[in-house]
Amino acid sequence: MSKLNELTIAEARDKLAAREITSVELTQACLSAVEGAGALNAFVHHTPDLAMEQARAADARIASGDESSMTGIPLGIKDLFCTKGVPSQAGSAILNGFLPQYESTVSQKLFDAGAVMLGKLNMDEFAMGSSNETSTYGDAVNPWKVDDRKLTPGGSSGGSASAVAADLCLAATGTDTGGSIRQPAAFVGITGLKPTYGRCSRWGIVAFASSLDQAGPMTKTVRDAAIMFGAMAGHDEKDSTSADLPVPDFEAMLTGDIRGKKIGIPKEYRMDAMPQEIEKLWSDGAEMLRDAGAEIVDISLPHTKYALPAYYVIAPAEASSNLARYDGVRFGHRAKLAEGDGITEMYEKTRAEGFGPEVQRRVMVGTYVLSAGFYDAYYNRARRVRALIKKDFDDVFAEGIDAILTPATPSAAFGLGEMADADPVQMYMNDVFTVTVNLAGLPGVAVPTGLDKSGLPLGLQLIGRPWEEGELLNTAQVLEDAAGFVSKPSKWW
Amino acid sequence: MSIDKETARRVAKLARIKVEDEALDALAQEFSAILGFIEQLNEVDVEGVEPMTSVTPMRLKRRADVVTDGNQAEKVLANAPDAREGFFAVPKVVE
Repeated sequence: MSKLNELTIAEARDKLAAREITSVELTQACLSAVEGAGALNAFVHHTPDLAMEQARAADARIASGDESSMTGIPLGIKDLFCTKGVPSQAGSAILNGFLPQYESTVSQKLFDAGAVMLGKLNMDEFAMGSSNETSTYGDAVNPWKVDDRKLTPGGSSGGSASAVAADLCLAATGTDTGGSIRQPAAFVGITGLKPTYGRCSRWGIVAFASSLDQAGPMTKTVRDAAIMFGAMAGHDEKDSTSADLPVPDFEAMLTGDIRGKKIGIPKEYRMDAMPQEIEKLWSDGAEMLRDAGAEIVDISLPHTKYALPAYYVIAPAEASSNLARYDGVRFGHRAKLAEGDGITEMYEKTRAEGFGPEVQRRVMVGTYVLSAGFYDAYYNRARRVRALIKKDFDDVFAEGIDAILTPATPSAAFGLGEMADADPVQMYMNDVFTVTVNLAGLPGVAVPTGLDKSGLPLGLQLIGRPWEEGELLNTAQVLEDAAGFVSKPSKWW
Repeated sequence: MSIDKETARRVAKLARIKVEDEALDALAQEFSAILGFIEQLNEVDVEGVEPMTSVTPMRLKRRADVVTDGNQAEKVLANAPDAREGFFAVPKVVE
């Protein structure tokens, strides 16, 4: 039998229900896996006592017969989620010592369903990054390795990706503003779902770009994503943008039947100089869906090229506004002041010390594009282009397209430090296939479907219609089954 | 568009982030690279297109304008770097 921490959520649920295992055993297995995985730097705040307490409560609940599918399942929680009494720093030094007095809605819903929290997971500072190298905790490391180089697990949910791929937990929460669930999922060979904007409450999640941010599950299988997502989703009166729509049983929608579904292949995603392996992965994926009875249709999303530049106006603009609250007054770090310093010096020194370089850069770019004289030229123009990007999707869905298949990332995971001398814009290119989905508010899922020639995982992305995550996950599971991706990183940590 | 050192200084000031004088040139260069990338948006014909305000066509919910929460001063102040007598304390603001 495989080790308990290697189970999927579905397997663990069935074993818990059959009384073959207890949540305490499962949680202990995960806690020792976490303890032995310091080299991955995935867990940055450990909560073993809380985990054991939650596991005992879960076992009692299972014994009394009122469990849910998530009862007793050990999870990692991204550091962006505020967890009551547990450090929640968004990967930033400016939130050193911050202990939330409340629980985020998503983590509360998971706890209400009986899930167990093992600790908080590493991430890029304020979710700004694609390699987990901007974190105040240091780099999270990909459990996949081809030689001696340490690879990035992607970002911003790098700790979540690393922890799930290395079997430190059964699943993890992530958040996705431009690709921060899907790109890391693809880099480590797991499933990552970015739901429709408004499906999961953003309350208690440290805000980056409020019109783009969404929480979602990062799991070992598509079925697990469906199970965990069901426990995370739903209306919350504390988030006025959360949708008041019923949450279906996503797992029950995994029928495996996609006959007659129309899958679009957007020509604009065929980038110049796209690696041959990505090209092949993509066409193989289309072939798998065709074999399962779907119809493959060439489509056009003409404004794709402008998604990244529009994103790099809108996201920094919203960030500069959201991050104004970190000023050394109400929470977090306050700089030591010199004789005669006033409140302006306090703000300026606190923010210079507390924010890392990438966050500073984005806050300042956001400040610039919102400043008098540039607001129309940059911010309003970007919001107009965003409307056109969304219309591209609306048009193809109106023509009967059910889902869109694209690569998840332009490459496999790269080495930590390799992008250190690159232009910031080069790092931004990581999100070229994912960022359109955030701008259009759509659901997107990354599924591992192959390995590159050096043996690193590669993933494909499926994009669905708004609120139709169930159907999207069903298609994703067909892809998962056909690809038969079962590779695991060999343990070196 | 190229950003000069003075513009970089002004933006840092607006963002309330202290940037040392010797770091301003490099910062201006980074801004220029990012803004150069963003300039591509000028190629798009946006005539007659409304700027997007909400990505999902939903009306934000309304609620009665009443107090729904409160009396948690201690919790509100619990994380303050400097809290005194039920208030956040800051350096002197007015002379």
